[in-house]
Amino acid sequence: MNLQRFRENAWNGLWKQNPGLVQILGLCPILAISTSMVNAVSLGLATVLVMAVVNFTIASLRNFIPFEIRIPVFVLIIAALVTMVDLAFNAWLHDLYLVLGIFIPLITTNCIVLARVEAYAAKNDPLSSTVDGLMMGFGLVWVLAVLGGLRELIGSGTLLSGIDMIVPGLSAIQLFGEDYPGFLLAILPPGAFFALGVLIAAFNWINQRAGEHRHARTDDAAEAPAAG
Amino acid sequence: MSARYSAARSSLRTAVIMLVFTLVFTAAMAFIHQLTRPAIEASELQEKMRLINEVLPPGSYDNALLDDSVALGPTPALGLARGGTVYRARLGGEAAALVLEAEAPDGYAGRIQLVLAVAADGRIGGVRVTAHKETPGLGDYIDPRKDRNKERPWIGQFNGAGFDGIARADWKVKRDGGVFDAPTGATISARAVTHATARALAWTLAHRDALFAAAAGDTLDAPKEPTP
Repeated sequence: MNLQRFRENAWNGLWKQNPGLVQILGLCPILAISTSMVNAVSLGLATVLVMAVVNFTIASLRNFIPFEIRIPVFVLIIAALVTMVDLAFNAWLHDLYLVLGIFIPLITTNCIVLARVEAYAAKNDPLSSTVDGLMMGFGLVWVLAVLGGLRELIGSGTLLSGIDMIVPGLSAIQLFGEDYPGFLLAILPPGAFFALGVLIAAFNWINQRAGEHRHARTDDAAEAPAAG
Repeated sequence: MSARYSAARSSLRTAVIMLVFTLVFTAAMAFIHQLTRPAIEASELQEKMRLINEVLPPGSYDNALLDDSVALGPTPALGLARGGTVYRARLGGEAAALVLEAEAPDGYAGRIQLVLAVAADGRIGGVRVTAHKETPGLGDYIDPRKDRNKERPWIGQFNGAGFDGIARADWKVKRDGGVFDAPTGATISARAVTHATARALAWTLAHRDALFAAAAGDTLDAPKEPTP
């Protein structure tokens, strides 16, 4: 795998094919868990880990999986790996498990894992597939962080509440003061849809502007010789 | 004829491959399970002790609490459809407190599992939520680790409460005319925990003597209701 390939994978995962904003995959956990920034990022990090492990395993085994039964085999492998990651975390990284543990089984409901396996890992070498899994996962992490932060800020006026469970000693930031009444809708599931909608709109707007810029630049370049 | 033959062959082949994958990954899961079991069991025990220490001060008893238990059959008064365990705390051989499990069937999102300690004077040592599915960031304040009020978590209201101080009929949230606080907008979780705690306390007081009299390791099947 070369640098070019790595940059392509990173760009796709983090921006161009972002699982949360473009592929719109894995909505179930995204909308359910993004009530606070810490929860959302925790789920995101658990997803990164699982996607990297799953993509690596399936890319390594891809030549042994018959095309006709690939989906049941993928599902089997994903379920088995998630179970093993869950057990391993519980046994050897218990402190981290207490924070991330409840999110790991949730990942099985996330179709982004199966989607990346089918779209990428089944056709590519293990190393690129692992990078793809990592990058798609990190793409989800930042979307979840923004979504969780937005909902938490509007819903309860804080940021990073619950951080003390991950880094003892830190505490949540009260942005709107103690007497912020809270805005329940942002915390409830409909708020997740609104927030995601706003985020997708902003994402498309940025892409559109970037596109216009590029057009403008290529127009300049095209006109330059004519002018000269 | 040969087409049918090859179709049969190919389905047999995929079936065998599917079977091999299933066997391999089941074996891998079983292996990891065996490998992680001692560590997981140890941390579960530790977690149990930590929880008991939260509802019952470690200095208030001197027996090996986890070994001095009575099993309960299905007990509807505690919400335990499949039974549970009662741990008996003794100080110098005298009855000190009972630690028992209870379940609230009417949480906002399903059942809420509780552990509570009832001291010999009929007061609650403490209540803790062990499992619940309440909305994150909204109804999960019933778990003090998720409660935003760290100095005076919501569940602390039950510490030291008993029927001598609060009449049985007042064990309700304030909104229902009782004495217990509940955050606005998430009363259902508070109501469920309050009612389940009151029921569990009443049941414990009625069966305290029978529970302490039973031999360790015994099963109390549907303990007899006290004669009125």
